[in-house]
Amino acid sequence: MRITVLFFAQARERAGRPSLALELPDGSRVADARAAIARRYPALEALWPHLALAVDGVLVSGDATLHTDAELALLPPVSGG
Amino acid sequence: MAELVRRPIDAAALAREAARPDCGAIALFLGTSRDHHQGRRVTGLAYEAYEPMALRALEGIERRTPERFEVATCRIVHRLGDVPLAEASVAVVVAAAHRGPAFDACRWAMDELKRAVPIWKKEFFAEGGEAWVEGRPLA
Repeated sequence: MRITVLFFAQARERAGRPSLALELPDGSRVADARAAIARRYPALEALWPHLALAVDGVLVSGDATLHTDAELALLPPVSGG
Repeated sequence: MAELVRRPIDAAALAREAARPDCGAIALFLGTSRDHHQGRRVTGLAYEAYEPMALRALEGIERRTPERFEVATCRIVHRLGDVPLAEASVAVVVAAAHRGPAFDACRWAMDELKRAVPIWKKEFFAEGGEAWVEGRPLA
């Protein structure tokens, strides 16, 4: 299945792009996507412990399942206001 | 109705629109772009958001505020992109019958915004360079 990964703020700058189409085996979970992204973007390494992950705009943990066309967002600590 | 805008925030218009006959108080908070942070001179700020999620989170705050406080309405507008010094990056407007709940609710809504909305702030420094403001993990 194919998902879209969205990078924001520090994650966007370290990945060098705002988004990515990622192909994953069917049945993949968020943790699988995270491992695939980490392999592709080693520059994100220091950031991972601080990132929240959202699928389709809802915060999730690593064992959440993914679906085709899911939007997985990498969200650094927030600083609005 | 929460908004993310890429233009200056019209605070007077927001206050005018919040006015209603059953309310004797309008609390309007503006967060404005400041020229210093932790001892460094700042020349400007820029904001980005995960827009659909940020809008839903802001609308959630607008909805929950009158549930928690004796207030009639809460409205939030956040600016994105470059924000020049001294201009507003965010406005929270609360209308209530009385000022006490209006102040309390306005503060709570702003605290929630800082805690739970996917928006990021970058500072540009006078001596050169730029940095994302150290934020709080979303949870």
